[in-house]
Amino acid sequence: MAVIRDVMPAFELFQPSTTSDALKLLQHHREDAWVMAGGLDSFDWLKDRIKRPKVVVDLSGIEELKGIRTTSDGIEIGAMTTLTEVVKHPVIREKYHLLADGAELAASPQIRNQGTIGGNVSQDARCWYYRAGWPCYRAGGNICYADTPTGRNREHAILHADRCVAVNPSDSAPALIALDAKFVLQTAKGEKIIDAEDYFIGPDIDITRLHILKPGDLLTAIRIPSTWAGAQFYFEKIRDRNVWDFPLLNVASAMKISGGTIESIRIAVNAAAARPLRLRAVEDAVRGKPATAATGEMAGKLAVEGAVPLQFNAYKIPLMRNLVKRAIGGVEEAKWAS
Amino acid sequence: MGILKPITEWATSPWGQSVPIHIAWFLIWVCALAGLLFLIVHAVYIRYFAKAEEFTGDVSPALAAALPPRIRRHSLAARLFHWIMAASMFTLLFTAFLPKVGVRFDWVTYHWIAGSVLTVSILFHVIHASFWLDFWAIWPDRYDLEDAVRRVQRFMGKPAAPPRRFAKYPLENKLYHGAIIATGLSAIGTGVFMLFRVHTIFFTRNPYLFDDMTWGLMYVLHGLAGVGLIALVMIHVYFAIRPEKLDITKSMIFGSMKREFYLKHYDPQRWVVEEDREA
Repeated sequence: MAVIRDVMPAFELFQPSTTSDALKLLQHHREDAWVMAGGLDSFDWLKDRIKRPKVVVDLSGIEELKGIRTTSDGIEIGAMTTLTEVVKHPVIREKYHLLADGAELAASPQIRNQGTIGGNVSQDARCWYYRAGWPCYRAGGNICYADTPTGRNREHAILHADRCVAVNPSDSAPALIALDAKFVLQTAKGEKIIDAEDYFIGPDIDITRLHILKPGDLLTAIRIPSTWAGAQFYFEKIRDRNVWDFPLLNVASAMKISGGTIESIRIAVNAAAARPLRLRAVEDAVRGKPATAATGEMAGKLAVEGAVPLQFNAYKIPLMRNLVKRAIGGVEEAKWAS
Repeated sequence: MGILKPITEWATSPWGQSVPIHIAWFLIWVCALAGLLFLIVHAVYIRYFAKAEEFTGDVSPALAAALPPRIRRHSLAARLFHWIMAASMFTLLFTAFLPKVGVRFDWVTYHWIAGSVLTVSILFHVIHASFWLDFWAIWPDRYDLEDAVRRVQRFMGKPAAPPRRFAKYPLENKLYHGAIIATGLSAIGTGVFMLFRVHTIFFTRNPYLFDDMTWGLMYVLHGLAGVGLIALVMIHVYFAIRPEKLDITKSMIFGSMKREFYLKHYDPQRWVVEEDREA
């Protein structure tokens, strides 16, 4: 980790009270603007003096971006809604508790009180070479320090790495993908609604970002349709310290089971790649099969096909295999046949 | 390094050394605009100010009558090389610079594959041109320089004899070829080493092959060659579609040009048409 220097570099602070004002500011200042939600990721960057934006747009005063609303087809969560509110919301706990399960495992209670759902899905990579300000690919340079023979890459990607091997650290992102959530973006061209999985991008598409937001864009809300309300959910997160840590891997699944057979399923993992991965091949393979350990075992093996471990993260392959197996076959039957 | 500062981006390496990391991306627009400006100035000059071409000396009617109706200019191998090189060059430019101007796609794989195709095609071209073609035909000679002086003098309004007709390639072609050699080989030479930074089928990845400063300068040279090629390719395409040059362009497709065009622009003494020899 970089040394916290406490005193942030000077920047111009804007605290808009409406979304339209925020958008005007972002579209005016574009690359010079830094969007701040809960500030938990932002202050690391700013206090470390790694990122030095000219302008910070603090969204905390925009009431319309906060809160959880019930809609005709599910719920809409404002991007500035705190993770604690998400975790405690009765409708989410009753119908979409997969999201509550994921959000509750993010960070610590204090951080969840301040951190927002929009910030959680939009947070930057935790690769320490990148966070230390080294000129790696993600920082606009021409090397990945983690993907070298001596690089410390225990937490890094096993899938879809392309020059940069950092991973997406969000706990709520895979849950939102499994719930088929839609992200509402405001851009210069107007409102755009996209599938949750399309919000995230890998280094092959843009090596300096983990999501599709361009300068001037803003994530305003997340909509969860009722399609998967009350389905059988599974969320599991593996981390070094259970009290407070980023995921080494996490898995989220939503299944509809009828007579012991999987009718439909959505499953996603995170911290395996630079974007949360929806496991479509697994979904296709297990649909119509019994939700058993044997099916889970098959799914687990399928999930890690194509995985390429780095020097110190080969453990992630069996870990991901097991998480997928448990998500489908259940924890009780997690023993491997072979 | 002072001269590089305004046109490059620098960063501090983990060892505290200030190193270049790549060119400043505004150079993409500088080169694109420079290419565009050249096209506009040239087009305006040709349209409103240029005088009719004039050459010294005449071709003997007997020699002209002995020529076939179509003059063979480029062999099939030479044409295939040209179009493969063109396809890989366009792929390289689009995959390199579209992502920099906001068009996001998985460009790296296409880029190194196109670069590999270009490298192989250039190697073929060097061998082919050295042993099967007239190697010196593309290099400026004494007559080119003398004629260039005459043309400049006439352009300035000073008395001078008209230049001779061209050899197989006019001086402009030869200079362009030289510029392409310089930029192309810079891009290829650095690009081959840059393959060590990514996963390819050719080398075992080794990002520590050079130190940070050497790598940085390599990326800068690669970038400068790349943006230079933007302008050069724009100029090449522009001349390829100019009406008075279309016969030359068609000869790169069909292999030959009309006898009349040949007699008007080329000196049979300097570009000897040999039926049996590869053009």
